[in-house]
Amino acid sequence: MNKPEGDDMNQKTAQVNSLANVAAARATAKSALTSQRSSDNSTEDVRRVGAGLQAQNVHAWFSNKHVLEDVSLNFDFGTVTALIGPSGCGKSTFIRILNRMHEFIPGAAMAGQVLLEGQDIYRSGVDVTKIRLGIGMVFQKPNPFPSMTIKENVLSGLKLAQLKVSNQDELLEDCLIRAGLWSEVKDRLDEYGGALSGGQQQRLCIARSLAVKPEVLLMDEPCSALDPGSTLRIEETIRELSSSMTIVIVTHNMQQAARVSDQTAFFLSDGGPGRMIEVSSTSDIFSNPRDKRTEDYVTGRFG
Amino acid sequence: MTTLQSGVEIKPTKPWASSFKDLLPDFATFVITFVAAYVTVGFTPLKGKLGFSVMVIIYALIFSALLALIRQDGKAAINAVTTVLVYIAGLFVILPLASILYEIVKRGIGGLSLGIFTTDMAVTASDAPLTEGGLLHALVGTLYIVVIATLLSVPIGILTALYLTEVKGKGAGLVRFFVQAMSGVPSIVAGLFIYAVWMIALGNSYSAAAGAMALTILMIPTVARTSEEVLKLIPNDLREAGVALGGTQWRTVAMIVIPAAKSGLITAVILGIARVAGETAPLLLTMGGADALNLNPLDGNSSALPFYIWKNFTLGTELAIQRAWTGILVLMILVLIFFTFARVVGSRKGSSK
Repeated sequence: MNKPEGDDMNQKTAQVNSLANVAAARATAKSALTSQRSSDNSTEDVRRVGAGLQAQNVHAWFSNKHVLEDVSLNFDFGTVTALIGPSGCGKSTFIRILNRMHEFIPGAAMAGQVLLEGQDIYRSGVDVTKIRLGIGMVFQKPNPFPSMTIKENVLSGLKLAQLKVSNQDELLEDCLIRAGLWSEVKDRLDEYGGALSGGQQQRLCIARSLAVKPEVLLMDEPCSALDPGSTLRIEETIRELSSSMTIVIVTHNMQQAARVSDQTAFFLSDGGPGRMIEVSSTSDIFSNPRDKRTEDYVTGRFG
Repeated sequence: MTTLQSGVEIKPTKPWASSFKDLLPDFATFVITFVAAYVTVGFTPLKGKLGFSVMVIIYALIFSALLALIRQDGKAAINAVTTVLVYIAGLFVILPLASILYEIVKRGIGGLSLGIFTTDMAVTASDAPLTEGGLLHALVGTLYIVVIATLLSVPIGILTALYLTEVKGKGAGLVRFFVQAMSGVPSIVAGLFIYAVWMIALGNSYSAAAGAMALTILMIPTVARTSEEVLKLIPNDLREAGVALGGTQWRTVAMIVIPAAKSGLITAVILGIARVAGETAPLLLTMGGADALNLNPLDGNSSALPFYIWKNFTLGTELAIQRAWTGILVLMILVLIFFTFARVVGSRKGSSK
């Protein structure tokens, strides 16, 4: 009776090790990239000091139900942060607070501050549409606009926000290349977005978010409905984008968190409000988590 | 027939299709049903087509159930009975409609000629031959009132639906209640309202515009309720995506929600037109009726096709009744043209700039 369990444990350990390896490899590659970037363009980095996003003591309620308790988390410019945790622990609520989408849910309330470039996005008198323009979002389900062609979908943000751009075709190509979709759609830009496959639609949604040049990109389980090939393609996209923006990704896929993120935060709810249990560099979360519950979760013992 | 690389020939088949032998019992049941119904009507006091139809239905239920019972089991028998009932229900929907259409075409076609679209009844007596006079005045009147009522009620109806689904303002419950209550208003009441307010209190005369206003009252609830249902079907994801891209609520609705709901909204407009195109009662009170063409929709007695039909039927002479039937046929064709036009406009995908 004991033997299978022992095997199981070994397997788990092996799995954790492999996750940690993935995360470590990612960290090495990333630091190399970062140092290269800083040496390449130091003035750019000076301008970016203080950039990124900071959540400070964020709480959330739906009606009277306290769903998120006291989350403080820094998202530095040029990094990818993965939010992991079981369903219902407040990850999606948290990510929606970061670009002021939380307030669309009837009965929603929040407390705390979210600083974008040092300024609270919830301060009074702020132009909410400008905030959302700067903090883009990719949703769980691919949602290209059905009445628009591929081209119109990518450029829809400009029209929605009434932005003028001198060279639309250049922007279109640039966004589709960065979203990893250009080669697949360059001959069919006037087809409707709904004609694409699920993975292509999701990359189209990413391209659409990029067109308005956000500083932060929030992704709420962007790969949950996609096949492994499309998932891989989107992960590549995330890695390519991470050098030029701040990315936050909610995922249920540990491998994905390990592959794409620099920093990982673990959320958990014990029936009450969701809390952030631990935040650390991704390699630390997967190789030597401080909290027992984090270890249990990343090794797949619960959740 | 396809020849594979190996040289084997393979033929596409449909193993699920019934063979002729399988269908024989079904065919026999079909024949027996009609024969049994015929015999029953012949040997019992049941008489005529109605008795025959009722017996066919009853025997069809019994024999199809028996056949299924012999072939399979009780479950199959229940399935067979339900199938027969569904087919009968379908027939009951088609039959009255088809017979109405048939009757209208049969009786109306006699008075149809090019001349009736170019002349009115101003100088024609009601017993003049069909080659004299026409329904131009009524056709123009109907076009006026339908177009004006559509122009008035579509913006109001769709904006109301947007208030209910997009703005979700504090008054949404109250507005929804009133819209629903309005859709139950009898058409004569709408006519009386315009008569009392627009004509008596404000002192305006009979006109096509007054008729159109009465129709607007009837059309708004249909357009608003149907549009609301259509807009509710648009996934919330799209609204969130629009707002997350930095659009204001108005731009998100105008650029994304409405184009996505376009064909449904056009259906709402069609249903609204269908609701009012044949209305007669409110027009009696507001348009006054006329035999002469009145090109001014804002003032003066005017006619409309339902009005023309009603008037000719009340005259009662053979020729007048023929004119009424022709009027019905023209009204039906006109509504068909409206529907087709709306469908064609609606099926065209959003223009790409």
